[in-house]
Amino acid sequence: MTETLLANAKVSVGELPGLLFPALVDTLIMVGIVMAIVVVVGVPLGALVHNLAPGGLFENPGLHTVLSWVISVGRSLPFLILMASIMPFTRLITGTNIGIAAAVVPMSLAGIAFFTRIVENSLRSVPPSAVQVARASGGSPLQIIRTVQLGEAVPSIIGGLTINVIAMIEYSAIAGTIGAGGIGYVAVTYGYQRFDQGVMLATIVILVITVAAVQLIGDALVRLTTPHRRLAAAAARPLRRRAPAV
Amino acid sequence: MLIAKVFGDNPFCEPSPVIELTNLTKAYGRGDQRTVVLDGVTFRVDAGEILAVVGPSGAGKSTLAQCINLLTPPTSGSVVVNGEDLTTLSAGKLRVARRRIGTVFQAAGLLERRTAAENVALPLDYLGVTASETKRRVAELLDRVGLADRAGHYPFQLSGGQRQRVGIARALALRPSVLLSDEATAGLDPVTTDSVVDLLRELRDDLNLSIVFITHEMDTVLKIADSVARLDHGSIVESGRIVDLLTNPRSSLGAELRPQRFDAEPAAGQQIWNVVYDGTDVPADWIATASQDLGVPLSILGASVQVVAGVSVGGVTLGVTAELGDRVRGVLARYGLSADLAEHSPRTRALEGVA
Repeated sequence: MTETLLANAKVSVGELPGLLFPALVDTLIMVGIVMAIVVVVGVPLGALVHNLAPGGLFENPGLHTVLSWVISVGRSLPFLILMASIMPFTRLITGTNIGIAAAVVPMSLAGIAFFTRIVENSLRSVPPSAVQVARASGGSPLQIIRTVQLGEAVPSIIGGLTINVIAMIEYSAIAGTIGAGGIGYVAVTYGYQRFDQGVMLATIVILVITVAAVQLIGDALVRLTTPHRRLAAAAARPLRRRAPAV
Repeated sequence: MLIAKVFGDNPFCEPSPVIELTNLTKAYGRGDQRTVVLDGVTFRVDAGEILAVVGPSGAGKSTLAQCINLLTPPTSGSVVVNGEDLTTLSAGKLRVARRRIGTVFQAAGLLERRTAAENVALPLDYLGVTASETKRRVAELLDRVGLADRAGHYPFQLSGGQRQRVGIARALALRPSVLLSDEATAGLDPVTTDSVVDLLRELRDDLNLSIVFITHEMDTVLKIADSVARLDHGSIVESGRIVDLLTNPRSSLGAELRPQRFDAEPAAGQQIWNVVYDGTDVPADWIATASQDLGVPLSILGASVQVVAGVSVGGVTLGVTAELGDRVRGVLARYGLSADLAEHSPRTRALEGVA
């Protein structure tokens, strides 16, 4: 292993954007598809689990225990193990074991288990008195879930969604090991297997920026959907503009 | 009096009740674990009547509220509203029937992410009322509770009293015939409590609402209710019209409704008499005329008299020279007053101890 041998293998600075940009797009597509599936399945599932629990709108301790147990199993497996163990299932659905399509299946499963718990936890923070009010106002269970439980928990669910998206970006990097493409794949093949420190560093920087951007957007959305924080922010803005004039 | 009572018991002369609870019982658990929270609660409220249900914490007040609007199904007994027994209805029909009962909750229970107008619109949304009709009705309701200028405010921008007004407007959205108030004034300061009470009385007068007002605050009962029922250990232990209870010297609920006083000590040689207004036509100048009748001055050691439903009610503590003895009772009875010799004042007890 000499310097000269490795130097030939290294990607030059000029080649970095051509390598990293498509990888970033792949990552975003992968996480985007996964998150769409996660939200569509996770929100109703989280609401269901919450309302099957004692005190819920359709209390059913037996069903709640079974469902809760299934989700806990999904949550307890490390992602790499989950990905490897459901290979046959993935192949059944997508017809392949590698690439983005193959990564979406285990990522969605892990994401749904994760997000279901987040939604359940968010709904738990809605005061039960609000649900009583809605019942007394003549709301049906579905109306109450939509307007009161999910309606009031929106900022909390968005906060959880932010955490979930970041976890999925991390999972997409792990999925890179099965050739799923994306930033993770580049980091593994160039940075890890070919000891290309430059590419490794670049992927780290891109991941940090992506995660920070997701967090910023998430925080902004939480602020936007929380009336007192939104109005406090709106009230503070003209003050700041006026400040230099004083 | 007697005639009124006979007619009062005649069902043909009475207005039909808007809400009637019969033998309502709620128990949790089975066998040894069985706890009876409500035990055969029976009462009725007529159109335009305000009934206060009072009781200490743990008496079953919240459970009663939940059973009246059927958020919790009672174990047995019936809740009849406008002639329909709600306890026999299926879940779907119950949801419709429940709209006849508007509920005002403790601390209002507003949705924090919705404006005042959007909170009031909630029951209309559930019913599927059109957007334009909802808008019109919400504006009317907010105006009715004096919050027309707060429609776009969020709950965090409203005071406790304003939040409760929004809660009242929401409870009235579907034009219920019964308003159930579950500790609606708990946690509000006295001035705000008064304004909420005034609003409820006003609404009762304008809309001919029947109101069941559940509270633990005796002074609020006096301000709002026509009748009162005391719930203790799950049963109604005493009930009646406020005026009747206040003018009944033997009613313990009446005694609790009268304001607490710290009386002065009697002069030497005086006995203490507790006097209660038990007629509905006590002359205002009775103290002067009774003094003349007895031939001795009557010392007022403490007094609280107020007008409830147009009738003077209250009590007076008198210091009267001991020589008069039982004559005091007879003379005061002429004026519609019930007098009882007090056991002992703290000071006379102390003096006896010395002797």
